[in-house]
Amino acid sequence: MDFTSRINPVVAGMKPSGIRRFFDIAFTMENVVSLGIGEPDFVTPWHIRDAGIYSLEKGNTMYTPNPGLPELRKAIARYQQRRFDLHYDPEEVLVTVGGSEAIDLAIRAFVTPGDEVIIPEPCFVCYGPIVRLAGGVPVALPTMSEDSFRINPTRLKAAITEKTKILIVPFPNNPTGAVMRKEHLEEVAKICVAHDLIVVSDEIYGELTFGNQRHVSISSLPGMRERTIIVSGLSKSHAMTGWRIGYALAPKEAIAPMNKVHQYAIMCAPIMSQYAAIEAIENGDDDIAMMAEEYDRRRMMITDELNRMGLPCFEPEGAFYVFPDIRSTGLSSEKFCESLLYAERVAVVPGDAFGASGEGFVRCSYAYSVQNITIAMERIKRFLDTL
Amino acid sequence: MDYDKLLWIIEQDSRLSAAQLAGMLGGTKEEVETKIKEFEENKTILGYKTIVDWDKTDREIVTALIEVKVVPQRGEGFDRVAARIYQFPEVDSVYLMSGGFDLMVLIEGKTMKEVALFVAQKLAVLDSVSATSTHFVLKKYKDKGVVFDEEKMEDKRTPMV
Repeated sequence: MDFTSRINPVVAGMKPSGIRRFFDIAFTMENVVSLGIGEPDFVTPWHIRDAGIYSLEKGNTMYTPNPGLPELRKAIARYQQRRFDLHYDPEEVLVTVGGSEAIDLAIRAFVTPGDEVIIPEPCFVCYGPIVRLAGGVPVALPTMSEDSFRINPTRLKAAITEKTKILIVPFPNNPTGAVMRKEHLEEVAKICVAHDLIVVSDEIYGELTFGNQRHVSISSLPGMRERTIIVSGLSKSHAMTGWRIGYALAPKEAIAPMNKVHQYAIMCAPIMSQYAAIEAIENGDDDIAMMAEEYDRRRMMITDELNRMGLPCFEPEGAFYVFPDIRSTGLSSEKFCESLLYAERVAVVPGDAFGASGEGFVRCSYAYSVQNITIAMERIKRFLDTL
Repeated sequence: MDYDKLLWIIEQDSRLSAAQLAGMLGGTKEEVETKIKEFEENKTILGYKTIVDWDKTDREIVTALIEVKVVPQRGEGFDRVAARIYQFPEVDSVYLMSGGFDLMVLIEGKTMKEVALFVAQKLAVLDSVSATSTHFVLKKYKDKGVVFDEEKMEDKRTPMV
């Protein structure tokens, strides 16, 4: 069978992720210090793991209802109200296999061939390929360091056409660490209402904002709840990546078609993970605080060190990434990462892996121990001295 | 700068440099150095120690928890008795307890015999001590938040996309 010639041209056209390239090289080398991985370095807190184990002991090994265990949907609704002052009924919650599945559902349930989806860049790499798979057209909306990598309303307006159906709002942002506060979202929200756009708000890093202001969801702004699909999950907030629990929050009319796709493609999220997620959501607020505090001091340290060695960092206010500007070195992002890896064995990710507007920057994750970050900083400094 | 946070951070890891701490807390290296010196002088910071798993070495060490019942003497109370006990260099910790006994004494010795002799000859003979009960530690699993013998956590994370 000649599979190759029969590959879906959209799949054949998918480029390998630029995040992966350097990992693949790094894996062949010894003594590499990585700031590459975008995943918490904490193990899931014990009481949550224990709840997962207990659910297995009790013999919970079946499917659950497609949209998730009713107790979990209720718990998520209560949690969103408690933490973010968002009001959703349990019927407006769809439990998914990670936030990634929720993104996939939100796009596939609504995008038809030719529909345009506006994607602010730099951003996580999954939106474009999923839109293309649905026959849609991803439209990049560059965000700029001079705008602190927030959506610029003027640029947004210019990107909208009559084919625009969805705007992705990925904040707190991977890879820049940018956040959009209420005052930054207001203008964007008005534009979405005026053009009757669906908004997919990816809030997976919503618990990781630093300073005194909590994350504000665009769905809380006037006219937005009815048109917003919030995507979130427990991976980043509770260090539960491997459990694969995410969810979507949206009006019932949006959840229903997403659940149809979910029902056929996935059926349901794993039951033991759902029970662990109930424990995490009901009793895990202290864990979130502990991890956020730890990320915050690493964030302060790494930003300070990078600035002092002459790689200016816009101050990241969310997620666990810094996005230093490397243009003063005269190297492209790609070349910088490659040379750094070969010369000093430090793995970071080129900014353009997250969209063309990330060129001139690199992503450093601080989901690493202070010791690891310290060694990486020493090596980067030594690398800069040789340029 | 949040000084409670400074203390909390160095309580976890006292080997971070002043420059690193300044970066984490948003201040200057000098400010951190001055403040730490002040904490040392006013005895908020009492010392810096290392957590050692002696089982990994040739050195024999025996740890015992001793429950001590005390008859407080007029004008002395528990504090004086505690002071008489904690003066012994063998004594690692002394706590005043609620419940069935009064003082909890942790001691370390080279051998069980050495510990037993200490209890018999130095502790039990104190006028205020009415009874002791010695429990030897057979194995330490976790101490001061650190798990002993834990498998070294390697970074098992893999890039996803």
